[in-house]
Amino acid sequence: MSPDDPKLPPDPTLFVGSATDISPLTHTGPKPGHEKTATEEAGAINWEAIAASVRFKELLRAKRRFIIPAMIVFIVYYFALPALVGYARPLMEKRVLGPVNLAYLFALSQFFMAWFIAALYVRAANRFDRQAREIISKENAAP
Amino acid sequence: MTPALGMFLLFVLITLGITWWAARRSQSAAAFFTASRRITGWQNGVAVAGDYMSAASFLGIAGLIAFYGYDGFMFSVGWLVAYLTVLLVVAEPLRNAGKYTMADVLAYRLNPRPVRAMAALSTITVSTFYMIAQMVGAGALVTLLLGSSHVSYQSAVTGVGILMIIYVVFGGMLATTWVQIIKAILLMAGTILLSLLVLAHFGWSLTNFFNAATHVSYHDKGELVTKNFLDPGLRYTAANHGALDLISLGMALVFGTAGLPHILVRFYTVPDAKTARISVVWAMVLIGGFYIMTTFLGFGAATIVGRDHIASHGGNNMSAPLLAQALAGDIFFAFIAAIAFATILAVVAGLTISASTSFAHDFYTAVIHKGTERSPGEEVRVARITAFFVGAIAIGVAILLGKDANVAFLVALAFAVAASANLPVIVLSLFWKRFNTTGAVAGLASGLVASLVLIALSPSIMKVDPPTVAAAAHHLIQRAPIFPLENPGILSIPLGFLGAILGTFLRPEPEAESRYAELIVRANTGLGAEEATVE
Repeated sequence: MSPDDPKLPPDPTLFVGSATDISPLTHTGPKPGHEKTATEEAGAINWEAIAASVRFKELLRAKRRFIIPAMIVFIVYYFALPALVGYARPLMEKRVLGPVNLAYLFALSQFFMAWFIAALYVRAANRFDRQAREIISKENAAP
Repeated sequence: MTPALGMFLLFVLITLGITWWAARRSQSAAAFFTASRRITGWQNGVAVAGDYMSAASFLGIAGLIAFYGYDGFMFSVGWLVAYLTVLLVVAEPLRNAGKYTMADVLAYRLNPRPVRAMAALSTITVSTFYMIAQMVGAGALVTLLLGSSHVSYQSAVTGVGILMIIYVVFGGMLATTWVQIIKAILLMAGTILLSLLVLAHFGWSLTNFFNAATHVSYHDKGELVTKNFLDPGLRYTAANHGALDLISLGMALVFGTAGLPHILVRFYTVPDAKTARISVVWAMVLIGGFYIMTTFLGFGAATIVGRDHIASHGGNNMSAPLLAQALAGDIFFAFIAAIAFATILAVVAGLTISASTSFAHDFYTAVIHKGTERSPGEEVRVARITAFFVGAIAIGVAILLGKDANVAFLVALAFAVAASANLPVIVLSLFWKRFNTTGAVAGLASGLVASLVLIALSPSIMKVDPPTVAAAAHHLIQRAPIFPLENPGILSIPLGFLGAILGTFLRPEPEAESRYAELIVRANTGLGAEEATVE
């Protein structure tokens, strides 16, 4: 569509003497890609195509491979504490480090377990971020 | 003027200054609800910690350890471990796919009106119950700390309520965030200082410290007994289904924290999902460090102050302040008291803003007006008005209940509802393609009802009080409990999931399935996520 289209009202854009890729203020056609707002662009994304793409499925698989085992490990480890303290008290009352018993050390180890899993996740998530960026940049490169 | 009162007033002045500064920056909806999504990773992490560690953590757990030793410490563990669920499952998808509330994620592919109505109901239930517990605690605490001759329970509750209304109504999320950050820093500083003083008391020897904890003497029913406080079994015994109750509590924490609306809204205040993740890690460092240090606060109070002295000077909630007094005198007592006060204010402000955001965004705009604002800025206006009413109602209810009211179960209830109603629908809507509107409504309803009913039948509400207990502190129903555990999670969480799954199969909804692709792409890549706005 040319700005000189006779069907359009006169163009109030200031004339500065050089060619511009900004469409005239009164234009009626669809916006060029670079002028779309985030919301307009979001509406144009083909979500099904991305969801079905190999890269996206790989990302989901990679996430699942980390998150599901991590959840299982921490839930089993955490609930072992009340279970053992409740049902194996003599074992937990055994002193292992001076006056400190197994029960206290096991409870304390829960904190380090949580931090350790969090640290592992942050490392893995940097990889997920890279995969997600690839998916986004491929989507943005597409017309 | 006592030193404690002076420090209270200093904190109030500083936070009011922040509110004044934040007020001009909290006009638009994104600014009011999410602080323009420009909070940085560490700031949000500290704010999450400040939002989460309530007076129940600071004073309550120190008191539980001082009275029940190891069993109290075991209580501490779940509060940190629960953040793994937030980190691994909820924080990033929520930030990527939502806007202001938890319901945004649910409404993506489901019929928004019924889902948002139920989500708002559950959010407001969790927030108000939690808030009433905090307010009653605040009133009782402030009168204890300042002395009831200076401040009455009623004026303490009213003062806390008015402050939280001012923070939220005028300063929005930005002021709330900074109040929480300052509180978290104060809380950590106070806890570190107290822990160091305890260690110094034992000649910087952990062995001496733990040795002292192995033989603590106190009077039990008039008899002097000596117990090893490092051994389990002082509170949770086989007779009161201790292990089962702890497992049930653990479930409520591990699944409930990731469904607490006032924690979830914090992840909308950062620019993107990666920052949300970093902020959870920051929060985990602070929260974990704090709960490890409850070892020193609790066992320190048990060994240095002694259970008898605490019992005769305000009860187990006073353990940490009394420890401070015993170790470093009245000024340090005042400092710890001021921290406890800051702790309560930051938490109630967070609860108020999450309840009012949910009412304005999910219920008023989306359900009543079908998703459109009738005039620009209406949503924020409604949220400010809601915050005012939420605060006023909380003040009224807390005064009506009185300072001796037995409200500890309200916190358990808040976690139980969050775990049984909110979490199942968040998880299923993110991970199950077939999940639909009927499932979400049924899941929210069954989780909510199951938690309420089980708590009502539990020893928290049904119990025969001995004649020595004051009338105001009586359990509501003077009969033997029907449900034996104080924490309903072990039953109510499966019921929440069951409701959601059965509801889904009851009425298939192809439209919800077809929009699943959009939700998972958004949640996992951040494509099209809400961006930070300029002030």
